[in-house]
Amino acid sequence: MCLAIPSKILKIKGQMAEVDIGGNVKEVNIMLTPEAKVGDYVLLHAGYAIQVIDEKAANEIFEAWEEAYNALQ
Amino acid sequence: MSSNDDVIILGHGSGGSLTNRLIKDVFQGAFENPILNELLDAAVLDIDGGKLAFTTDSFVVDPIFFPGGDIGKIAVCGTVNDLAVSGAEPLYLSAGFIIEEGLLISDLKKIVQSMRKAAQAAGVHIVTGDTKVVGRGSADKVFINTAGIGVIPAGRSLSPRHMQPGDVIIVSGTMGDHGLTILAQREGLSFSTPVESDCTPLNRITKAILKAGGESVRCMRDPTRGGLATTLNELAIQSGKGILIKEERIPLRREVVGACEMLGLDPLYLANEGKVIAVVAPDAAASVLEAMRSLPEGEGSVVIGQVIAEEEGLVLLETELGATRVLGMLEGEPLPRIC
Amino acid sequence: MHSNKKEYARFLLDSIHREIDRPITVMEVCGTHTVSIARSGLRELLPEQMQLLSGPGCPVCVTDDLDLDMVMALSRQEGIILATFGDMMRVPGTESTLQQEKSKGADVRVVYSPTDALQLASENPDLQVVFLGVGFETTTPVVAAALDQAVQLGLKNFSVFSLHKLVPPIMRALLEDPEVKLDAFINPGHVCTILGTEPFRFIAEEYGKPCVVAGFEAADILEALLMIVRQYREGRPAVEIQYKRAVRPEGNPVAVGFIEKYFQPVDARWRGIGMVAESGLDLRDEYAQFDAKKRFPLDIQPGVRRKKCSCGEVLKGLKLPYQCPLFGKACTPAKPVGPCMVSTEGSCAAYYRYGRKKAGVSS
Repeated sequence: MCLAIPSKILKIKGQMAEVDIGGNVKEVNIMLTPEAKVGDYVLLHAGYAIQVIDEKAANEIFEAWEEAYNALQ
Repeated sequence: MSSNDDVIILGHGSGGSLTNRLIKDVFQGAFENPILNELLDAAVLDIDGGKLAFTTDSFVVDPIFFPGGDIGKIAVCGTVNDLAVSGAEPLYLSAGFIIEEGLLISDLKKIVQSMRKAAQAAGVHIVTGDTKVVGRGSADKVFINTAGIGVIPAGRSLSPRHMQPGDVIIVSGTMGDHGLTILAQREGLSFSTPVESDCTPLNRITKAILKAGGESVRCMRDPTRGGLATTLNELAIQSGKGILIKEERIPLRREVVGACEMLGLDPLYLANEGKVIAVVAPDAAASVLEAMRSLPEGEGSVVIGQVIAEEEGLVLLETELGATRVLGMLEGEPLPRIC
Repeated sequence: MHSNKKEYARFLLDSIHREIDRPITVMEVCGTHTVSIARSGLRELLPEQMQLLSGPGCPVCVTDDLDLDMVMALSRQEGIILATFGDMMRVPGTESTLQQEKSKGADVRVVYSPTDALQLASENPDLQVVFLGVGFETTTPVVAAALDQAVQLGLKNFSVFSLHKLVPPIMRALLEDPEVKLDAFINPGHVCTILGTEPFRFIAEEYGKPCVVAGFEAADILEALLMIVRQYREGRPAVEIQYKRAVRPEGNPVAVGFIEKYFQPVDARWRGIGMVAESGLDLRDEYAQFDAKKRFPLDIQPGVRRKKCSCGEVLKGLKLPYQCPLFGKACTPAKPVGPCMVSTEGSCAAYYRYGRKKAGVSS
């Protein structure tokens, strides 16, 4: 249980934020992540941001994996 | 415990296994005849030495206007497409309207104009129709029922029964776009997306497929409600063969992937209204693919898998990790999840 | 999968095969992990010495059937809109489902977020909106945040029927159960996004078992399994985070604060398992006006529990789904008997959907 997906904050209006989820735009609530800023990536669950997350990892750019891969060699 | 057996639930209309059970339990037994029992997209009728394809469909989509189309456009394209994938040249349609009291006539005119444009694009004529009006609340704005007829050239026979192990499975483009567009309009789920319905007539691309592949084309389907997964399952069951698909080959728009991840849905179960699946013998696969890609409605065509001898009646998905798992049929209505 | 990710996953798999030095039974307690494992097919690629069990990680599956009967009875009342996450619609109580109640006329609405339920309350001032709160600690702060908004808005027609549950107590109960044999846990990634690792330290410190917080891609799960193998090789059971991109050791204290503000721990019934102490959440007394259980107390005839299905044993990892006598025959996703089959994240549903065994076969 825990369908949560990374999304990028485009705009903030008080308790709400407009986020980009893979090219779709949705309004979500950011009361649980008061420190979130425009440009941050947040984990989205049931219409609320539940954590600010590492941008590099949120994009799953293969560098993140490449680093880990090299570290484990 | 009272079960899904005593009342109709929304899931019965979703195109998956509940729908199939309803058809078997309620309709098939009552209307019993060998033509109906084939359960193809269009009935193939022997008429005085020739063959006619005959299909019927009802359209109840909500909202009636959506990015990329409206209920009228789907009504024409959906009917044309059922005929087209059966190997027929679509010729004539009927259109029956059940209209809820209170619908704006300007909306009805918009829908009818859409139908005119779609019919023109497909080269078909709407030759007969009917109109009924019901009281407010007895229908949802407008329902459209259609029937369509087309001619199948002598000697052509498309059927899952012709499928053989080694046959190649091709899809004409990205999956789930229409289903996602409709979902995005739903109250409470609203999010804005650049994705639009892919609704379009398929008779031009099916003609190209048949021209390039001839008798090497075993059968074609359009993966409407229930999505790619459900249609592949129907092919597997009706052919008595297995199907193996490579997950990473299935074309998906990133917005569709993102929205489905957010809602807990699987794009392989979302409807398509402008895509065709072609099952083709391996010798003709390359030329069919080229013919499909030369058309705008087929530029994203790719081979996604093949027919196999084992696992009769099942669709298997080779995952990105290289393991295989079953890709089942849709059961009830897909619901957004948090888990 | 990016080709690098795929190579990395294969590398992890090979490493697990090379480095595992003893039989290890790992349990995951997150329905989303159950599904990821089933969908990626990785179970069949793991070494034989590694067994992956699915525990009671699906909050939908462990919702008690008598509790659900109460919710359904509420939905049948005039003037009540029952708002719920989609996951709960097809879960059977003792007799019916919310889906069936809806088709018989109950006002049941599927929502994606509790925000939508708040909206329903604002738009329907003459009706009472009851939101069915189900989920572990990933979801509970979200419902608490919605309650906070209800307080801010001064809503008089919004309440929550809380069937929320907690993960650490059920893990302790499993570790205390002599019948349950497990050597390590994969921790639910997003529950730990909220809670951090502190509430799980007892698993390594008191019970000496490795516990790794894992993400949801196949590569995440494989990496976590490798970390478990290495903890055993090096004899250092600990709580580690594999899912570093989304989990910090301190979790999200703001979210935890919301849970603590609005909810209090209570004993709770877990379907198939029974009563587990302090493992559920009810609204705090000072928020009684938002507590549907207190606002709409109903006296209903308790339904008769179905006994034949093995959901309880499956949930504890004592039986594999196809060892249940009903699996694939009387109990299928289209006609589910127990919740393990009806929830898309239930063990039985995952085995049925993604595995080849369609009827009870012992291998």
